[in-house]
Amino acid sequence: MSWEMVCGLETHVELSTKTKIFCGCRARFGGEPNTNCCPVCVGHPGTLPKLNRQVVRYAIMAGLVMNCSIPPVAKMDRKNYVYPDLPKAYQISQYDKPLCLGGHVALSSGRTIGITRIHIEEDAGKLIHQGGDTFVDYNRGGVPLIEIVTEPDFRSVDEIREYLEYLQLLMRYIGVSDCKMQEGSLRCDVNISVRRAGSDELGTRTEIKNMNSFSFIAKAVEYEMERQIDLLESGESVVQETRRYDDGSNTTEPMRSKEDAHDYRYFREPDLVTIRTSEEEVEEIRAALPELPDRKLARYLERYGLSEADARLLIKYPKIAAYFEEAAEGVASPKTVANFILGQIFRAMETEEDKENGEISVSAAHLRELALLIDGKKLNMNLAKSTLDRMLETGKPVSELLTAEDMAGVSEDELKAVCRDTVAANPKVVADYLGGREKAVKSLIGQVMKATRGKADAVAVEALLVECIRARG
Amino acid sequence: MGKIKRLHSMLEAKELSCRELVQMYLSGIEKDNSVLNAYVKPTPETALNAADAVDRKLAAGEKLGLLEGIPMTLKDNISTRGIETTCCSKMLRGYVPIYDAAVWEKLRAQNAPLLGKTNMDEFAMGSSCETSCFGGAVNPHNLERVSGGSSGGVAAAVGGNLAVYGLGSDTGGSIRQPASFCGLVGLKPTYGSVSRYGLVAFASSLDQIGPIAACAEDAALVFDAISGRDERDSTSCAFPGSSAAGGLRDSVAGLKIGVADEYFDGVRSDVKQALDRGMKTFEGLGAELVPIRLPSIKYALPVYYILACAEASSNLGRYDGIRYGYRTKGYNGTHEMICKTRSEGFGAEVKRRILLGTYVLSSGYYDAYYKKAQDLRSVIIRDFEAAFSACDVILAPTVPTTAFERFFTQKDAVETYQTDICTVPVNIAGLPALSVPCGFGADGLPIGMQLIGNRFREGTLLSAAWQFEQATDGAFLKTVEMGVRL
Repeated sequence: MSWEMVCGLETHVELSTKTKIFCGCRARFGGEPNTNCCPVCVGHPGTLPKLNRQVVRYAIMAGLVMNCSIPPVAKMDRKNYVYPDLPKAYQISQYDKPLCLGGHVALSSGRTIGITRIHIEEDAGKLIHQGGDTFVDYNRGGVPLIEIVTEPDFRSVDEIREYLEYLQLLMRYIGVSDCKMQEGSLRCDVNISVRRAGSDELGTRTEIKNMNSFSFIAKAVEYEMERQIDLLESGESVVQETRRYDDGSNTTEPMRSKEDAHDYRYFREPDLVTIRTSEEEVEEIRAALPELPDRKLARYLERYGLSEADARLLIKYPKIAAYFEEAAEGVASPKTVANFILGQIFRAMETEEDKENGEISVSAAHLRELALLIDGKKLNMNLAKSTLDRMLETGKPVSELLTAEDMAGVSEDELKAVCRDTVAANPKVVADYLGGREKAVKSLIGQVMKATRGKADAVAVEALLVECIRARG
Repeated sequence: MGKIKRLHSMLEAKELSCRELVQMYLSGIEKDNSVLNAYVKPTPETALNAADAVDRKLAAGEKLGLLEGIPMTLKDNISTRGIETTCCSKMLRGYVPIYDAAVWEKLRAQNAPLLGKTNMDEFAMGSSCETSCFGGAVNPHNLERVSGGSSGGVAAAVGGNLAVYGLGSDTGGSIRQPASFCGLVGLKPTYGSVSRYGLVAFASSLDQIGPIAACAEDAALVFDAISGRDERDSTSCAFPGSSAAGGLRDSVAGLKIGVADEYFDGVRSDVKQALDRGMKTFEGLGAELVPIRLPSIKYALPVYYILACAEASSNLGRYDGIRYGYRTKGYNGTHEMICKTRSEGFGAEVKRRILLGTYVLSSGYYDAYYKKAQDLRSVIIRDFEAAFSACDVILAPTVPTTAFERFFTQKDAVETYQTDICTVPVNIAGLPALSVPCGFGADGLPIGMQLIGNRFREGTLLSAAWQFEQATDGAFLKTVEMGVRL
């Protein structure tokens, strides 16, 4: 008798607007605790929230790329509970009239994950535990969040991972969030239950919190599924509760039981007016969306003739994709550009962060220049590669690194002479080649390249060497 | 001529300097405040600095705005940067705001000398000023009576000649009732016409800031100065139409004055008589009395207490001793700290309302109470809309009685709540309402007549009140012989 998991996700995404959701404090900051706050986000007596319209726009963008509908009327509500990181003792959120409803996301398997809703809300501050004391830092309080709730449509850990990676990609593409779990701009809670395979009924679910990476989510889900199956197989039942994942022991523990469950006493936020979104506005937002990853992938395969694997790697980082497109503009062989990026340029980047930020010391224009020189046969591949290394180091363009003479390459006569000399100096290789080991010629190419200071074209060199060897034979 | 304009001409005519004027009020406060307990924090330095700025303008030959240099006060739930703002609660003793309320920004920019912050019921919850942690303010007309609540301190100050005008707040009658008790004009504006930014919230969908002054003209001038859209308050709006003070002299001939029996239920006979005389005065001026019906206002009191307490229970959640205000001593852990702080910092009436509000919002009870009250709110709004298709202004009592005896309201909370019956309906409907003195009770205490208008009809209300004052020779506008006499 086999079991299947039934899983839904609640993801919080921090929006990268300039300012917080209800006040003018900056939404991005570093710095000392409690230096990025104002009377509004710290909840001083008499202050009032003011809705940042950019937050509404970003949420609608997220909703549109997840195929949600945008109701014409939405409202804000107060979610009341007491916790030191929540200054007003209520969070301004959305309860029954959220900004986005009823969307879906397609997985590569063809299965779809239903998106129940997306709503906006403010983040709370942060508690910091230090030496037995607890401190509160309100810098993060008021940062705008969207909460994306899925239907319980996940059936495997792989699907969860695929969804989260795709979500990350989408949010980065439309520029509403950088969605980094390690920085807290992407947070995920899991609702999971199990049932007999083939059954239609839903089992009792638990909510799992406190997973800080995709792999911890996978581990937590696997653990919890096992735990629930064990319980049910031994005749016990699953308690509906919130559980905390502990990455040290790779287990989940109960956080709070139903008795302690909060009654949030939701009611409409009286300090904010109804949010009205016209169809025109929605269409304007839709039209202004940038090209999405799926469309881009199709275009890269068709227009640039890249392999799917290469295309996916470029698309994974929106800034790299943009860089690629700029560098490949008008280039006869975009594959070359792609190879430069995926090869040397990626190798020169130290972290994933660098790729996400698209920080490349060679400008797209300069890379394009290099590629065009190769197109025009003014530069051979070897020289191009070594030049690119130098460009990466210095940030200088080709014109400053190579002279006309360097680029002119080697004359055919000169090259023949060098090849003849090299062959003459290596009788063993000649013998090997003539004896049937044709690959032996490769060991001579390097010597010729060295002698011509890399200016010769390796393919041509190999051909000439073979000619010279045969001439000897 | 109203007091503000009279003082304004005296200043411009250099009959006295602004510093002298302000000093007179400060001396009055020193002498009489201990009797009235109107002020909880006099601010002589702030007042004199503003006076000096006005005197400098006068010396330079510049013209003064009408409110410049006119000594005034603010209820202690209005945020004043650098000046303690307590809401007369132990919870906020020592709390000094770092920002100004929008209304105070506007008046400060006009060099309004702030004489001090005045007394109020704790967090604006009360009808007598006696839930104040500083003890109640008393009525200048009779020191054995309260000045009213929750803006009792403002009314006592203006009524006792210790301020020319003041700003109070009105959630269920807290401007109009004290104005009525102390023989003053009090205006609760249309919801949204005055910014709430900086008003410590009691019930967000009901609260409004408004003037308490000696006459309609003064109230009109102050209202014009404080009304208008504020970007920081999303529920505020631009005030459409001309200024309220501009239309004061408009005739009331042909004005249709609606009278609803529902408002006169349970009203004391001497109050009824004063209202009847008031109606006759209006008829004498050419207005037409029209019977109207407001059947749903019998639900107004329970609707009010459910909605106001619900919102208050949420608005007061922030007082936990962590970031500002009172914090208990001696505790183990955050939970205990928060519980003890709130148990010790809040008074009984505030706790009562927080509990009531939490209950009506709680799961299992939300539909029966809060949702039902919201639905009834719509019915009340529609009743008023229908009434205003038959009349221009509704005339009603402000309070069923004259000023209560001191400590009366502490006997029975629900009995006290019943006295709000005439004032709460307009807060529910978001409509403007004015209380104007119209007589004296059998006990010699002032009686107020309430004029209620449709949204943004403050101009009509104020001009009707002004006409009434003229027709009765200002007989009911006498302030008490104490404080500053000019």
